[in-house]
Amino acid sequence: MTATLPNPTRLPQQPDLRGTRRPIRETVFRVCLQASLLIAVSFLAVLLVYVVWTALPRLDMDLLRNMPSTLRPGTAGAQSAIMGTLWVITLTALFTVPIGVMSAIYLEEYADQAKWWNRMIEINIQNLAAVPSIVYGILGLGVIARRLGLGLTVLSAAITLSLLVLPVVIISAREAIRAVPSSIRFGSLALGATKWQTIWKQVLPAAVPGTATGSILALSRAIGEAAPLLLLGALAYISFNPDGVLSQFTVLPVQIYDFIKQSREEFVPLASAAIVVLLVLLLAMNSIAIFLRNKFQRRW
Amino acid sequence: MAPTSTGSAVTAAGGSLRRSRPRYGERVIEILLLIAALVSVATTIGILIAVFVPAQEFFAKISFKEFFTGTRWTPLFSDPSYGVLPLVAATLVVTLLAMLVAIPLGLGAAVYLSEYAADRTRSILKPALEILAGIPTVVYGFFALKGITPLLQDIWPFGQGPRVFNALVAGFVMGIMIIPTVASLSEDAMSAVPRTLRDGAYALGSSKMLVATRIVVPAAVSGIIAAFVLGFSRAIGETMIVTIAGGGQANLSWNPLEGMLTMTAFIAQAGSGDVPVGSIDYKTIFAVASLLFLITFALNLFSIRLVRKFREVYE
Repeated sequence: MTATLPNPTRLPQQPDLRGTRRPIRETVFRVCLQASLLIAVSFLAVLLVYVVWTALPRLDMDLLRNMPSTLRPGTAGAQSAIMGTLWVITLTALFTVPIGVMSAIYLEEYADQAKWWNRMIEINIQNLAAVPSIVYGILGLGVIARRLGLGLTVLSAAITLSLLVLPVVIISAREAIRAVPSSIRFGSLALGATKWQTIWKQVLPAAVPGTATGSILALSRAIGEAAPLLLLGALAYISFNPDGVLSQFTVLPVQIYDFIKQSREEFVPLASAAIVVLLVLLLAMNSIAIFLRNKFQRRW
Repeated sequence: MAPTSTGSAVTAAGGSLRRSRPRYGERVIEILLLIAALVSVATTIGILIAVFVPAQEFFAKISFKEFFTGTRWTPLFSDPSYGVLPLVAATLVVTLLAMLVAIPLGLGAAVYLSEYAADRTRSILKPALEILAGIPTVVYGFFALKGITPLLQDIWPFGQGPRVFNALVAGFVMGIMIIPTVASLSEDAMSAVPRTLRDGAYALGSSKMLVATRIVVPAAVSGIIAAFVLGFSRAIGETMIVTIAGGGQANLSWNPLEGMLTMTAFIAQAGSGDVPVGSIDYKTIFAVASLLFLITFALNLFSIRLVRKFREVYE
């Protein structure tokens, strides 16, 4: 390598190939890049500290034991909202995971990409993933609650949230299925298994960790959604837990929103405390997802 | 990203030497799977019906001209006026503020993660960004309204500070919320740039910064723009932050210190209230929603196209 060095007179010395010209610009650039990450991460840290700090006075058992109330913010809780969230999210999982995985199997294993309708399904899913959540609220209100007559119930909310996170579930399940090497499929087919036997006995078991992780992350997005459920009549200050899929309900994010809207100061710690419950729920789900990913992930 | 040979290769299963009896079970399963895949198509159709049918009834009563050129949005007053411009302007103000935060910070984070960070640093910082993306937006709204705005009002150095509800803080917090979207998509695009391009530049004596700014970013530009567009679309559609911290009065103003009502905030506010079903007030929700859907739909399609383009170039 005969690189022309900037200053030929320095040749006899140790050739310094690392640029000596503009270390300052390089450093400044690097620091700017680091700063942009640092701002984002420290915002996260400050937000978490602020929420926990303001929540401290109200992090007690009343929060879980009592029902929401506008009259007694000092002892009000969020039990009906927590139960509502659990109801809605369980139903959502029951709807969205099977349909999402089935769609993913179809798109990965069966769909012929040359056919226009399969490409249309794909583009449609990508687009749905970016439709604002409030528009899904309109869908829930206009079609599911009114036209289909399901009303403002746990069931309507679960269907709406299922459709909202379905694209995310499909996309992550497709990635998991795609990561299973073709040699597994060929081996199974060569032994005489049918296509479905191959998928059911070989491909799906291998894709379970990836699919489960993606689905849990999608569901944790659904747990935090407030906007679509505002339209679906998630009433705040409900003093009873849901007792079935056709029950009225409220969920944590909507209840938090209503606590925030109250003007009295006592509602700030209450809102923070409810946020802490929501974040703990999210943290638990994410830990399960990470655990599954680390424990069952296979490198082929 | 390794080139993946997708499952389509397996469809050669039909090439058996001796035709076996037809397997109806297999066929039924395939049809069931297709039906599941069609759920997402049905969702789109459902959205179109839910949004555009009532919107069309709205436009049967209120002219396009009044809706798109009117400058007063007072549908719930006794003397109603249906000019959507204040809502659109408010959405623009908040969204542009958000992009002002999200574009430089998101791009900076992406360049750092893709070009500079060691594996260990990446393995800490990427999950941190994912957590940022996973925080519910109602929490961001709460922090904006109760945490940041009072602080800003206290330390505001000149004249009258921001109101309790204002576009500035809502836009800033929304910008932080969008950073992970912009960063992760741009980083994907940058990682797809082949190593050989970087090595070539280094061989010609480029420094790390030159490689990042003159080689990697230009080579990944369509993916980066796609990330910006998707971030923009998310900002336009984001609801809870602006509903909580942005204010509830339609206000045609470009001053971000004032409160203003965005399109999404109006939908959330009116949709969660007690507006009688079937009334013209109720239909305004859908008129605004149709506009919101069309804007985000156009942006999404544009972004999807760009992503396909950069995938085609390098994969």
